[in-house]
Amino acid sequence: MVAHAETVHKQRHPMLAFAARWLFTTNHKEIGSLYLWLRFVLFFIAGAMAMFIRLELFEPGIQFVDPLYYNQVLTLHGLVMVFGAVMPAFVGLANWLIPMMIGAPDMALPRMNNFSFWILPFAFAMLLSSLFMESGAPNFGWTFYAPLSTTYGPPSTDFFILGVHMMGISSIMGAINIIVTIVNLRAPGMTYMKMPLFVWTWFITAFLLIMVMPVLAGVVTMMLTDRHFGTSFFQAAGGGDPVMFQHIFWFFGHPEVYIMILPGFGIASQIIPTFARKKLFGYHSMVYATASIAFLSFIVWGHHMFTTGMPLIAELFVMYATMLIAVPTGVKVFNWVATMWRGSLTFETPMLFAIGFVMMFTIGGFSGLMLALVPADFQYHDTYFVVAHFHYVLYPGAIFGTMAAVYYWLPKWCGHMYDERLGKIHFWTATIAVNLTFFPMHFTGLAGMPRRIPDYSLQFADFNMVSSIGAGLLGLTQLLFLYIVVKTIRGGVKATDQVWEGAEGLEWSLPSPAPLHTFATPPVIAQGNDQ
Amino acid sequence: MNQRNRKKHTFLLFVLAIAMFGFAFALVPLYNVFCEITGLNGKTSAQAALLDEIEASVVPLDREVTIEFLARVARGMPWEFRPAEGRLVVRPGEMNTTTFYVRNRARDTVTGQAVPSVSPGQAARYLKKIECFCFEQQELSAGGEMEMGVSFFIDADLPAAINELTLSYTMFLVGDIAHEQIASHHE
Repeated sequence: MVAHAETVHKQRHPMLAFAARWLFTTNHKEIGSLYLWLRFVLFFIAGAMAMFIRLELFEPGIQFVDPLYYNQVLTLHGLVMVFGAVMPAFVGLANWLIPMMIGAPDMALPRMNNFSFWILPFAFAMLLSSLFMESGAPNFGWTFYAPLSTTYGPPSTDFFILGVHMMGISSIMGAINIIVTIVNLRAPGMTYMKMPLFVWTWFITAFLLIMVMPVLAGVVTMMLTDRHFGTSFFQAAGGGDPVMFQHIFWFFGHPEVYIMILPGFGIASQIIPTFARKKLFGYHSMVYATASIAFLSFIVWGHHMFTTGMPLIAELFVMYATMLIAVPTGVKVFNWVATMWRGSLTFETPMLFAIGFVMMFTIGGFSGLMLALVPADFQYHDTYFVVAHFHYVLYPGAIFGTMAAVYYWLPKWCGHMYDERLGKIHFWTATIAVNLTFFPMHFTGLAGMPRRIPDYSLQFADFNMVSSIGAGLLGLTQLLFLYIVVKTIRGGVKATDQVWEGAEGLEWSLPSPAPLHTFATPPVIAQGNDQ
Repeated sequence: MNQRNRKKHTFLLFVLAIAMFGFAFALVPLYNVFCEITGLNGKTSAQAALLDEIEASVVPLDREVTIEFLARVARGMPWEFRPAEGRLVVRPGEMNTTTFYVRNRARDTVTGQAVPSVSPGQAARYLKKIECFCFEQQELSAGGEMEMGVSFFIDADLPAAINELTLSYTMFLVGDIAHEQIASHHE
């Protein structure tokens, strides 16, 4: 995706030079591209697993799959999507964009940046190889509760634990890099309150990552010692408690899901003002709202555990705190809408994805509010209603956010405009497909269909068939997206430097495609231009 | 200065990451402390209550509380385990005793550890045990059996809303617990 071929290492054999360039690069643009391509591959792998799941669920009865294998597929679908498709996407975007947005020549710790990336292919190779092991892959759901994962987990669970450790180390180092970059490398004149929202949301996300990924590392280490070194963290026999697993896991898990959406908020906050040709409404409140959401995310982990027998007072506190998160989130949604109000709107593909993001993420948020209510959650817990909720916030949320970002910034990265007509087709088919797939899940969940099952009662059949058809269509739209991206990189209408008429930000002052090295000298930030 | 700051920030953030790793492990004792202080989770104290506490509490003559007893064995534990009495009607403040019967069905000597749990969780801290077989491990030879006693009283401060309690024991196999459970699963 970068225009200039490196003239260094010319004396090497071309294959070796290619390998050396990509293995050893410390350049934020190249590392960003590596992350984005890796996550594309993993998104397809986990997506294929989703196709497999939906194929089995197309009709009642067991047609294609051994239920034990089905459990492995759904576990890996969750793990690879969370850790391989969503998180590396945002990290890749961060790598590409943050230095350009703050006027820095690169990330603060370029070599650690390279290491953060290169851990991941190995971590995922290890995780995915477990599918081919004799005893099978991890089969306990991506949330790997004890004792299912400790006492009853297959031997490949230890590979899973090591893989999680590696991904965690990658994320933590990436987050440290981002914070140190943002704190230290902003161009003179770029105060915190002049930073683009994407940089702000990543700044806050990075703190969340540093605080909770180590807790995940702790809990999988406890799993490992329970399995092999005689400890009893999660076994009552030895004085431990399986419910404690859930507490520690969700202390990580809840902030984790906010980690998976906050950068998406930042992306929407960059794209919508551009295509509304209006400044973002309420910049300060957007920053405070993001910080509030991040802070509140630490005290609501109990809402994943309402049915474990928590005392009433704890359930009430968590319920109120969870409902409270809707307030700053609502502020953000209103601000996006207010940005569009009386703007000069055009609806290019990035804008379509951004607006789709706002609308459908809000729907996901509403189902989240329903889940927050304790008595209601007693009915919804572990049903497809939960599956509908998180797929709405993750797919039209995080994934549409990522796609919006790719359409928006790809011309800057590679110098060509994507095909607008194809982009629109992608958006509309994806939107129809995503709703076909996940909306019926609200109904099946409310009607009582449990999660994580390969077969179901007859009354759920019709909605499941609709979901599966939608899923098939959704899978096809991914192929269309891949085609569009590859076609754009290889050629297309030449992009201008500005690319988008209403776009503001330092990255748009750079040539398209952006040269490998940018902002070797810091740019001058216009004074008195507080956002 | 930029470089020095970068190093300082990087160092501090790494320290934060390591501290949060330690925090995860600290949650284990913190969780226990929280449960003990609040009595939530149905954990009763592992220590015997003192006899003086009975004299300190007044016996409300007109208040009756039903306490039910449950006994179960954990997976892989070859003992028969049941309460002698299914339930008792008691008055808060008065001392009561009940027994549990155990028999070792295995051909070897087996050691067990009973772990109590009280429901509702809020009542846990009001159930004071003077003597309990759950305070120690119990060893039984092959085929051996015994009656084990629990002496307890319910604190008179038990909230008025609670009139029924359940005291449930789970008898666990003592030994290399984790390995045995995993080994027995894979057989």
